[in-house]
Amino acid sequence: MNIPIVTMFYDMIRWEEKALVEAAKRKNIDLRLEDARERFFDVTGNDLPDLGDIILQRCVSFFRSIHLTAFLEEKGYKVVNGFHQSIVSGNKLYTSLALVKNGIPTPRTMLSFTSEASFKALDKMGYPAVLKPTMGSWGRLLAMLKDNESAESIFEDRESMYPLYQVYYLQERVKRPPRDIRSFVIGDRVVAAIYRVSNGHWKTNTALGAKAENCPITKELEDLSLRAARAIGEGIYGVDCMESPEGLQVHEVNSTIEFKNTVPATGVDIPGMIMDYLSDKAAR
Amino acid sequence: MNCLECDAKISAPKDALPGEIVTCPDCGASFELYKEGENLQIRPAQVEGEDWGE
Ligand SMILES: Nc1ncnc2c1ncn2[C@@H]1O[C@H](COP(=O)(O)OP(=O)(O)OP(=O)(O)O)[C@@H](O)[C@H]1O
Ligand SMILES: [Zn+2]
Repeated sequence: MNIPIVTMFYDMIRWEEKALVEAAKRKNIDLRLEDARERFFDVTGNDLPDLGDIILQRCVSFFRSIHLTAFLEEKGYKVVNGFHQSIVSGNKLYTSLALVKNGIPTPRTMLSFTSEASFKALDKMGYPAVLKPTMGSWGRLLAMLKDNESAESIFEDRESMYPLYQVYYLQERVKRPPRDIRSFVIGDRVVAAIYRVSNGHWKTNTALGAKAENCPITKELEDLSLRAARAIGEGIYGVDCMESPEGLQVHEVNSTIEFKNTVPATGVDIPGMIMDYLSDKAAR
Repeated sequence: MNCLECDAKISAPKDALPGEIVTCPDCGASFELYKEGENLQIRPAQVEGEDWGE
C-alpha cells in the first residue's frame, strides 16, 4: 500500500501536536503540517490545494476550527473530526440534545434566555446548580449557583457580556466524588480513560490543576462512552462523565482532544492510535 | 534568540516546530516560534482566546 498522506491543520504546536508528529514518523505516515493562520481559502473558486488523503483538524481556536472544517468538508476533503461532529460536540446544548435523544444518561439540564426564566427553571430544578456557557472549554465561566442570591449576582454579570452568555444552560449539581472521568474514544474503540482528580476546586479540569490518574475501562464506561460518541457521529473524542449516585452520567463530549496528561498516566499511545485510525480511514 | 522582554538568551529545542511556544528561562515570558526564511524566530505568543479549548 502507498504511504498515507495526512495533513494536520493547527494554529499552535502543543505537546499533543508534537506527539502526533513523532507518532507519524514511527508509523511511516507522511504527515504534513499546515498552519491555518498562514493560508487563505478560496471559497468561490475551484482551484483546490492538494492536502493528501485525509485531514486532521487540530486548531485550538474553535471558531477557526469549525469554519475551516466547513470549508474543507464541503470541498470534498475527508476531515477528522467532521463538521457535524465538531458543531455538536462544540456546543453543550447540542450535545445534551443528542445524548438525550439516544437515551444516554446525562445530568438534568434546563435552557433559558433571560435571568427571569432562569429563576423559574431553578425553582423547578433546585439548588445548587451549575451554569455553563454552551460553547467554551477548560472550565471557563462555569459558575456554581448555590442559592438564589449567588444566581442573581452571576446572572447580573452575564447580562453585560457577549450574547452567547445570555444563553443559560443550567444543570443540576451532580453529587459525585471529587473527580470526574474522561474516556478517549477513537472510532469504535475506547482506548484509555483517566480520573481527573480535583486539587480542591469543584471543577476537575486538568487545565485548572486537576490531576490525571489511570481509570479502569469498565464495561459500563466502555458502553457509555461508545454510545455517547455514536450519538455525535464517528470520530475522535474525549467523553466526560461523572459518577452520580445513579451511575455514570455523560456531561460533555470533546473534539480536538488533549492527551498530554493521559499518555503518562495510562501508558496508552493515543497519538499512535490516532495515526493508525487516520491511515485506516484514508484507505476506506 | 533573545527574549523580547528581558533580552536573556532563549534556545529552542532541537526538534522545534514553528507554532511552538517557548518560555524565557529568566523572566518566564512566553513566545511563539515562527519561521523567517530558514530560521526560527520568536514573536509574542497568541493571547488565549475565549474560544480556545477542546
Ligand atoms: N453538573 C455538574 N455537577 C458537578 N460538577 C460539574 C457539573 N458539570 C461540570 N462539573 C465539573 O466542572 C468541570 C468542567 O465542566 P465541563 O466539562 O462541563 O466544562 P468545560 O469548560 O467544557 O471543560 P472541558 O471541556 O475542559 O472538560 C467538570 O470536569 C466537573 O468536574
Ligand atoms: Zn525574558
